[in-house]
Parts: sequence; structure tokens; C-alpha cells
Amino acid sequence: MSDLLAARAQMAMSLAFHIVFAAIGIAMPAMMTLAEWRWLRTKDDQYLLLAKRWAKGTAILFAVGAVSGTVLSFELGLLWPGFMEWSGPLIGPLFALEGFAFFAEAIFLGMYLYGWSRMGPWAHLTAGFIVTMSGIASALFVVTANAWMNVPVGFELADGQPVRIDPLAALRSPHAWHESFHMILAALAATGFLVAGIHAFLLLRRPGDRLHRHALGIALWVGGMAALLQPVSGHLLTQSVAHDQPAKLAAIEALFQTQAGAPFHLGGIPDEETGTVPYSIEIPHGLSLLLHADPNATVPGLDRTPRRDWPPVAVVHLSFQVMVAAGFVLAGLSLWCGWRWMKRTPLHEDATLLRSLVVAAPLGFLAIEAGWTVTEVGRQPWVVYQLMRTSEAVTPMPSLWVPLATFTLVYGFLALTVVWTMWRHIAGTAEHRRMESHAGP
Amino acid sequence: MTMTDLELLLSGALLIALTLYVLTGGADFGAGVWSLFAAGPRATEQRRVIDRAIAPIWEANHVWLILVVTVLFTAFPAAFAVISTRLHIPLTLLLLGIVLRGSAFVFRTHDPDSDPYRAERHSAMRFWQWLFGLSSILSPIMLGIVIGAISSGRLDREAVGLTELFVRPWLAPWPLAVGGLSLALVTFLAAVYLTVEAADQDLKRVFRLKAAVSWGATILFGIITLALARREAPAIYQGLVHTGLGHVLIGFTALAAMASLVAVRTGRDRIARLAAAAVATGILWGWASVQYPYIVAPSLTLFDSAPPGTMGLLLASLFLGALLLFPSLYILYRLFKGSRVQDGPDT
Ligand code: HDD
Ligand code: HEM
Ligand code: HEM
Repeated sequence: MSDLLAARAQMAMSLAFHIVFAAIGIAMPAMMTLAEWRWLRTKDDQYLLLAKRWAKGTAILFAVGAVSGTVLSFELGLLWPGFMEWSGPLIGPLFALEGFAFFAEAIFLGMYLYGWSRMGPWAHLTAGFIVTMSGIASALFVVTANAWMNVPVGFELADGQPVRIDPLAALRSPHAWHESFHMILAALAATGFLVAGIHAFLLLRRPGDRLHRHALGIALWVGGMAALLQPVSGHLLTQSVAHDQPAKLAAIEALFQTQAGAPFHLGGIPDEETGTVPYSIEIPHGLSLLLHADPNATVPGLDRTPRRDWPPVAVVHLSFQVMVAAGFVLAGLSLWCGWRWMKRTPLHEDATLLRSLVVAAPLGFLAIEAGWTVTEVGRQPWVVYQLMRTSEAVTPMPSLWVPLATFTLVYGFLALTVVWTMWRHIAGTAEHRRMESHAGP
Repeated sequence: MTMTDLELLLSGALLIALTLYVLTGGADFGAGVWSLFAAGPRATEQRRVIDRAIAPIWEANHVWLILVVTVLFTAFPAAFAVISTRLHIPLTLLLLGIVLRGSAFVFRTHDPDSDPYRAERHSAMRFWQWLFGLSSILSPIMLGIVIGAISSGRLDREAVGLTELFVRPWLAPWPLAVGGLSLALVTFLAAVYLTVEAADQDLKRVFRLKAAVSWGATILFGIITLALARREAPAIYQGLVHTGLGHVLIGFTALAAMASLVAVRTGRDRIARLAAAAVATGILWGWASVQYPYIVAPSLTLFDSAPPGTMGLLLASLFLGALLLFPSLYILYRLFKGSRVQDGPDT
């Protein structure tokens, strides 16, 4: 394995790991704060119990998110010193702002988790609210840094060096807003449906349980709203990619030739050698219509990009299809739930719906991983789009397979432990409640 | 504000963030070391005090390190690139320590269905405990080694070959001695803080004894480090031993060290805490002021910085951030570090 490949793999692995905990770290505080708020409003103790249960799980997940994020901050330099030396002055302030968001998050989460008996109920709720807002703020800042790698702004070039730097320009870039908004929705949708799936599973085993009904309700409100907005946000993001990153868009859509009235390829396995997309379903004029609201608009294909600057087309195209498919399934489920809600028939009595929610539980996270693959692999061979190649950014350190193997083992082990702990946590909740109801009068 | 002002202010901010990290996050590692070495009939109680002391705050304390890294790569990107390239190995080990420490701690203290202390004989619990303790030893050593390597002027020498480039800069007597000093220092800080945290007199005595022992280790490593500096880090030695500023700094640190020992021995725990923090601050600021103006000696100074637009914005964000941060930290510490009764996470 070449050192460049090992570095890319290590970065990808660390990010793919972190993003799961990061997404949970954005959405769980929102959900547990909502549960606590419902408790304050309704005085139904099950809501309080739920908030505490969720908080306990969040404590573990948040800690793993924080340590894996720390690894990333260092890895930017350990693996890509060339990139950081060049762009540190441009995106560094975003990371510094993110640092303060982390501070707020960690401080108020500490209060939330350990302060139940030391703070008044509304002060406690406010702490939860601040955790939620700072989670969203940290996502905004870090995704804006990533958006800057995709669409670099805020400087001029003189002899290949950035001059007349304006680091705030990144925050004003429309692409950054589309990307951040999409990510925040993704975190809410993915976590919401994961949690809904877990509680749906528990409801199937203990029909009618109040705690799980409350949990399902909150998770579906959070996840469902986000999942309904996600296709809209994704559509806007796609248009922004088409505008600023034509090569990535061509790879996403597996469009090899520039065309007027370009078709939309559903599925298929793009073949870079022949420039065709076997096994795909072609929707004539579909792409032009989606991007420009004009069936005959011209869409630039990969032929506009020199062959050596192509991203890996098949990976990008397939990941995109996976994300969009997952997105439509989740949006469909949200509509189904919304329909049941409007008809005022209890959701939790519909076993088919509950089973579908169980099956769909991992889909949001699948979409997150796939979406990031689109973004990051689709940017190749550039680390900063059209300005710096990944190969120019990598560290001269040899034998990079050693840290790659080490971190892969450590993260694999941590992932297994987290799943095992969470499983026991959830089983423990079920057990606890069974004992509670048996002990009743 | 001129560029030089910005550079001085931001390197000052960097030093303050590093100091706060050592005083808070460093002590959390030290507490992990004491958790590993908790022995005797009241070992479980000792661990309980340690866990309760760090659980609500360690994640907030840890963010100081992230702030150090971000300020470094934003304001001094060239130094960041050199440091993270040449010190890849110790930094990676530092990260492993950070990851394992944090995870082991939450897995141990948030085990879902049992009281972790009752389950101490349980093999999984014992495993997390070991991992927590060992990674708490690894991380401060590596942080010290990194600081030692940066300050001894080994990073920027022209070099060829794998070992010369990536191993020799840190696998040398001086950086190793600084690693030892750093470990001794954080265990000392932790033991002193824990004398305040412990509720009953018996435990307070246990932690005072630990504080005295780690005080000895700190002084020992301090002397070794200084002695080795003569040959291994001549610029640092020169600055500390042959300048007026150096004498003042050594004098201050020595006084604080004596005061902390006296306070520990006489049971004035809060004064001891203040004096111990002064020792750590004295060591860090002493190092920084003799290294001035270099960030990576002998070629990168703090004037090799980012353009003024970035520096100004960074300073403004640090200032605004601090306005929000310090009151929040104050509330956090008030809630959990008062003289109130300690209780664990509610379930
Ligand atoms: C629950 C997760 C989820 C769902 C349902 C969707 N996405 Fe997505 N998508 C993400 C989660 C995600 C992500 C993982 O969060 C990404 C990676 C970068 C980003 O900001 O969001 C992303 C990136 C991403 C990109 C690449 C942006 C870039 O490279 O700059 C595009 C074009 C889309 N999405 C488009 C869509 C469309 C048209 C969807 C239609 C349903 C959709 N996404 C659903
Ligand atoms: C889209 C990508 C990302 C999102 C949405 C995101 C979001 C978050 C969130 C919400 C947290 C809070 C902790 C948690 O919830 O577990 C977190 C932690 C962290 N992230 Fe990320 N992150 C992303 C990528 C990155 C990257 C690329 C870096 C490195 C530069 C990074 C560095 C960190 C650090 C250092 C922490 C720990 C903060 C603490 O100690 O509390 N993150 N991230
Ligand atoms: C928002 C913060 C993020 C930042 C600042 C960031 C930064 C980077 C950098 C510097 C690289 C290496 C250079 C390159 O290959 O272009 C990289 C590669 C990569 N990242 Fe990200 N990333 C972010 C989020 C994510 C997330 C959340 C994922 C989740 C899966 C991800 C997946 C990848 C992959 C797969 C690669 C390797 C691409 C390849 O080499 O083919 N990234 N990222």
C-alpha cells in the first residue's frame, strides 16, 4: 500500500468513525431536552425517566465522539501537513470558533448529566438547550471548513500562495450554508430514526409501554421533520455542486459526455474506460430538468475535465445513489407516520409500521456515510478543489500503514464495545421496566 | 495594533491555553494514574473520589488541548507543519493515550447494569481500570516528550533517513526527562487537588501522602531535566541558569514548590492547591520565556506567523469566546467543585 493511500484510508476511517458520534452528539441533546421539557409541561414521570435514560447513553457516546474528534484535529497535521500549512490561516479561525462551541457543549453537558439534583428544573433544561445549540454550532463551523475545501473562497493567489486573506468569506459562501444545513438535518434524521427503530423494537416486545411510546413520539418528530426537509436541502446542495464543482457533479451523475438535455442515470455501474453506465435506468432529460428546470439545458460532463483529474466515478455515483435511496425511504416513512398521526390512530398499535421502523433504523447513518463518501471521494484528486492535490498535501512520514492498522484496530475494538454497552443499556432498560411493573400492586 | 502585538498576544494566548490544559486536563490524567495505584483496604473509596472528581469536568478540561492545536495551526501554520511531521510518532502515541483514557473512563463509570465499584472484581471492569490507568500514564509522558523535543532545537536540523528525521528528535535523553517531569507534575497536581476533594480525614491523609511522594518525583525530575539541559538543550540551560529572568523564574518555582510541600504536610489543602498550580505555571512559563522568540528553535520564531487578517480575527474570536467561556466554566466548577456533598450521575 502506498503511503498516500494509507493516509487517505486513515483519514477516511477516522472521519467515518467520528461522524457517527458527532451526529448523535448533535441530535441526542435535542431529544433529551425535548423529553425533559415534556416532563416539565405534563408532569408525566415517564418523560423524566426517558430524559435520564437518554442522557446516560449520551454520556458514553459523547465521550467517544470527543476523543475521536481530538484524533482528527491532530490528524489534519499528522497526515496532511502541506494542506494545513497552506490553508491553516484560511480555515483555522473556523476551527477556533468550533473550539468554543465544543467548550460550551462539554461544559453544559457536564452540568446536564451530573446536575439533576443540583440545579433547578428550568436551569437544567436551559443547560440541555445550550448543549443542543452548541452541537449545531460546531457542526456549522466544521462543515463550513469542509465546504471551503470544496469551494475555496476568501483570498487571491500570488505565486501559488494565498494573499489578501479574508477568513470570514467561508462563512458567507452559499455552498457552506447548503452543506451545513444538509449535515445538520442528516444528523437529526439519522439519529431520530435510529432511536425510533430501537424503541419500535422494544414496543413490539412490550406493546403499549408508556416510556417507549413517548420515546417513539419524540424521535419520530425530530427524525421525521428532518427527513422530510432532507430531499429539498439535498436538491439545493446538488445545484450548488453543479455550479461550483462540475467534475464532482459529473461523477455523481455518471455523466461522461457534455450534453444538452442530459439524462438521469438511476443505478448502474459506471465504466470509466468505455464511458458508459451499464445496468442503469435512463430517465431522458431528467438531469437537465432537475438541475436547471429546463429539459434541454446543457450539463457539462467528465469530458470537460482532464482524465488525470477525474474522481473515481463508480464510487461517487453509487454512494450518491445509496444516499438518495435511503433519503427517499426515510421521507416515505415520515409521510406514513404523519398520515397515521393526522388520522389520530395510535402509531404504536400498527405493528407493520413498527417493524418497518426497526428495519429502517440504520438507513440514516448509511446515508451519512455514503454522503460523505460522495463529498470527499468526489473531490479527488484535490484536497483543496483545483488548488492543491492530495498527493502534495501528504506527510513525508513513511510506513503510514502502521498508524492506519493501529487506529483501525483501536476503533474496531471501541465500536464493538460501544455497541455491546448500548445493547446492555437498552436491554437493561427493558429489564428494569419489567421488574418495575411486576413489583406493582 | 501592529503585527508584532498580534503575534505576542496570540503566543501569549497559546501559552495560557497550554497552562490551563496542564492545570486541569493534566491533573485529570494524574488522577487516572492514582486510580491505577490505589491500593490498600480503601482502594475502592479512593477510586470513587477520583471518579467523582473528574467525571463532570474532564471533557471540558480536555478542550484546552484542542484550543492549543487550533491556535497553533491558525496562527503559526509553519510551526504546526514541522511539529506534526517530525513528531508524528510521539503525537500518535499521545492520541492513542487520549482515546483509550477517555473511552475506558466512560465504559468503566457508565456501565449500565451494575455499580462499577461493586463489580470491581469483574474481569471486564478490571480491564477498563487498567486501560484507564495505563493510558493516563502514557499521555502526559508523550506530551512532555513533544514539548522537550520542540524546545531542544532538534526538529529543524537538516536530516536524512527515517531515524534521523522521525525518531532521533524525540527519542533522546532530554525529551525523555521532560516526559518524566510532565508525568510527575500531573500526578503531583492531581494528588494535591484530591486532598481537597476527599470528604473524610482518613482519605485526605492518603492523598497528602501521595502528594508528598509525587512532589519528590517532580523535584527529582526537575533537577535531572535541568542538569541534562546543559548538554542536550544548551539554549534552554543558558537562559535559565545565566540570565536574570532565568534566576527569577527558578526562584519563583522553587519557592512555590517549598510552599506547596509545607502546606501539604500541615494539611492546608487549599493553599497547597494554589501553590502546586504555581509550580506547574512556573515550569511552563519558565520554559516559554527562555525559548522566546522561538516556537521551533532554531529557525521558526513566533514572528513566522499567519497574515494579519487571520491573526486579528483569531484574536477577536479568542476574546469573544473567552467572554462566554469563563463565566460558563465558573458555573461548572461552582456546581461540582464546591464544598457540597459529592454525588454520582443520577440514573
Ligand atoms: C440522513 C442522511 C442524508 C440523506 C437522507 C440525504 N443526504 Fe445528501 N448528504 C448527507 C446526508 C444525507 C451527508 C452525509 O451529511 C452529506 C455529506 C456532506 C454534507 O454536508 O452532507 C451529504 C452530501 C450530499 C451531496 C454532496 C455535497 C458536496 O459534495 O458538496 C449532495 C449533492 C447531496 N448530499 C444530495 C442529496 C440529495 C439529492 C438527497 C435526496 C434525498 C440527499 N442528499 C439525502
Ligand atoms: C461533518 C463533520 C463533523 C461534524 C458534524 C462534527 C461535529 C461534532 C460534534 C457535534 C462534536 C461534539 C462531540 C460529540 O457529539 O460526540 C464533535 C466533537 C469533536 N470534533 Fe467533530 N465534527 C465533524 C468533523 C470533525 C473534524 C474534521 C474534526 C477535526 C478537525 C473534528 C474535531 C472534533 C473535536 C476535536 C471534537 C471534540 C470536542 C470535545 O472535546 O468536546 N470534527 N464534532
Ligand atoms: C467536515 C469536516 C471534514 C474535513 C475538514 C475533512 C477533511 C479531509 C481531508 C483533509 C482529507 C484528506 C485529503 C483528501 O483525501 O482530499 C479527507 C479525506 C476523506 N474524508 Fe473528509 N473531511 C471532513 C468530513 C468527512 C466525513 C464526516 C467523512 C465521513 C465518512 C469523510 C470522509 C473522507 C474520505 C472517505 C476521505 C478520503 C477520500 C479519498 O482519498 O479518496 N470526510 N477529508
